[in-house]
Amino acid sequence: MTPAAPSPLLQIRDLQVHFDTPAGLLRAVGGVSFDLDAGETLGLVGESGCGKTVTALSILRLLPATHADMTGEIRFAGEDLQTLSEPRLREIRGNRIAMVFQEPMTALNPVFTIGEQVAEALRLHRGLSHQDAWQAAGQALTRVGLPEAQRRLKQYPHELSGGLRQRALIAMALACEPEILIADEPTTALDVTIQAQILALLKNLKEEMGLAVLFITHNLGIVAQTTERVAVMYAGAIMEQAATKELYKNPAHPYTRSLLAAVPRLDFHQPPGEKLAAIRGQVPGLEAPPTGCLFMDRCPEAREQCQEPPPWVEVEPGHQVRCWNYA
Amino acid sequence: MTETLLETKDLSRYFRLAGPWGRGPLLQAVEGVNIAVMAGETLGLVGESGCGKSTLGRLILALLSPTRGRVRFEGEEVTALPKARLKQLRRQMQIVFQDPYSSLNPRMMVRQILEEPYIIHNLGAKAERRQWVAALLEEVGLGAEHLDRYPHEFSGGQRQRLGVARALALKPKLIVADEPVSALDVSIQAQILNLLADLQKRHGLTYLFISHDLSVISQISDRVAVMYLCRLVELAPRAVFDSARLHPYTEALLAAVPLPDPERPFKPPELKGDPPSPINLPSGCPFHPRCPEAQLPVCRDEIPEYRETAVGHWVACHFR
Repeated sequence: MTPAAPSPLLQIRDLQVHFDTPAGLLRAVGGVSFDLDAGETLGLVGESGCGKTVTALSILRLLPATHADMTGEIRFAGEDLQTLSEPRLREIRGNRIAMVFQEPMTALNPVFTIGEQVAEALRLHRGLSHQDAWQAAGQALTRVGLPEAQRRLKQYPHELSGGLRQRALIAMALACEPEILIADEPTTALDVTIQAQILALLKNLKEEMGLAVLFITHNLGIVAQTTERVAVMYAGAIMEQAATKELYKNPAHPYTRSLLAAVPRLDFHQPPGEKLAAIRGQVPGLEAPPTGCLFMDRCPEAREQCQEPPPWVEVEPGHQVRCWNYA
Repeated sequence: MTETLLETKDLSRYFRLAGPWGRGPLLQAVEGVNIAVMAGETLGLVGESGCGKSTLGRLILALLSPTRGRVRFEGEEVTALPKARLKQLRRQMQIVFQDPYSSLNPRMMVRQILEEPYIIHNLGAKAERRQWVAALLEEVGLGAEHLDRYPHEFSGGQRQRLGVARALALKPKLIVADEPVSALDVSIQAQILNLLADLQKRHGLTYLFISHDLSVISQISDRVAVMYLCRLVELAPRAVFDSARLHPYTEALLAAVPLPDPERPFKPPELKGDPPSPINLPSGCPFHPRCPEAQLPVCRDEIPEYRETAVGHWVACHFR
């Protein structure tokens, strides 16, 4: 890469995804834009149904074309992934951009051994022979700290615990040394002590390989501890973007502030049963999202102006918020 | 607050698994649990998946019968009660389940779901029951307009409110809440936690609050019990978790929680491996294969006694 990289590694502009459902057209993602630089970890955080997974899936065009309508621009290393031919995209998918999913049991194929599944990626993308791929798969498993890698190669997914399965999945994703790893709630199905292991592993691998990571999670603790930058999503749109430390210190959007206030703290100092600042009401339906600010109905600071779509405002360099409060 | 509402003695439950040729191996789900729940308190029970915390909750409610040991509720031995008396007693103890989607019958309207407890226990005339149901809904922040709807018409948070309303119907003294907020988003989770705290104040309820999430446990509990591999390893009043030296497992569990504050360093101790299977328990201390402080041979050979090391602080560790 040139010393002054002119453009980010991944650039998403005004991504919109609509699903055609029997209940009508749903707007899952309504105009999402963000950049991911080489080697950086960006957290995409939000509650269920906010569109974070759909955003991730659309980057690699993994949504069913028959039901999902995508518009906008997704540029990876200068190429628009939206218009790329399927064979060209296949050279990128799983090779230069890899993905780790939430549920390691469903993401692995139950009828193939771990070794066969890790080796497959290497054969397809690296053109390795069966034997070489098998050997490289063993190395990939060792790298993610899977004990007794040679034995694990011959095991089926059901023979591994949840934590080990997730390690195998990470090994598979990283086998081809991608430039970007998209991790979609990679630790949500795991216990905290195992989660801590996986988070440490991802951090080490990221530093070792110079990976860029798009980390998708609903857990504000994980975002705080693993990412450099955060984008907060709500009802299919990004509401605020900033460096992680800045966002936690000076959350600007009322949604971000409400969300941070609603998290129970690990604190045995306070008396129990202290009121949490719950957010009243619930997320708006995706069939007919409000035309103005998406958070308006639940916002403690909503006013007349919020009927209009709020503008992006840069409150600090690199800290953008979509709210009339700052306009 | 100091009166014991419920007490277990050496409570244990094993499950015989099915093997390919009939009887399979024995799974130890709960082993030798002695625990007392005080009237009016919230006792948090925390542990990782498969540690036996849900089974313990069910044993306490007499939804499962123990392999060994006893449960006493208000001084009365629950395990030996005749059926009719047990049914009466069930009015005193209710449960809120984790999954608000599968714990409500999809074919019943809210009105029927909430009326059912009264019908089962033969309480009130029809008109009276209607009033009670309406009052219940109001109690959990829903309205009369929801009476004739089916569960699928509600969001997750609203469904959990219905689950709480159903548990409240018979005016119980004890509610076992088994991961009641795990399936919910943070903003909704906060609503339900606040609701549970309000209801406790209003009705003097006692909670056994089961969760894998230490932050949630710290939010709501007066005392906290930590379970690992079918045993209690620690129990103490909440303030102890802030200061005193804790069981190595509890310390590891606390350190493994990523805090929502990027300025606080996150350096969890490397706990080796996974929790062992409850089918083939390790010898000695169940935590010794993963414990950073384990010392051989004592931790491998001897099961540490669960004992009171300071007033109200119980630990099962050779070195605490």
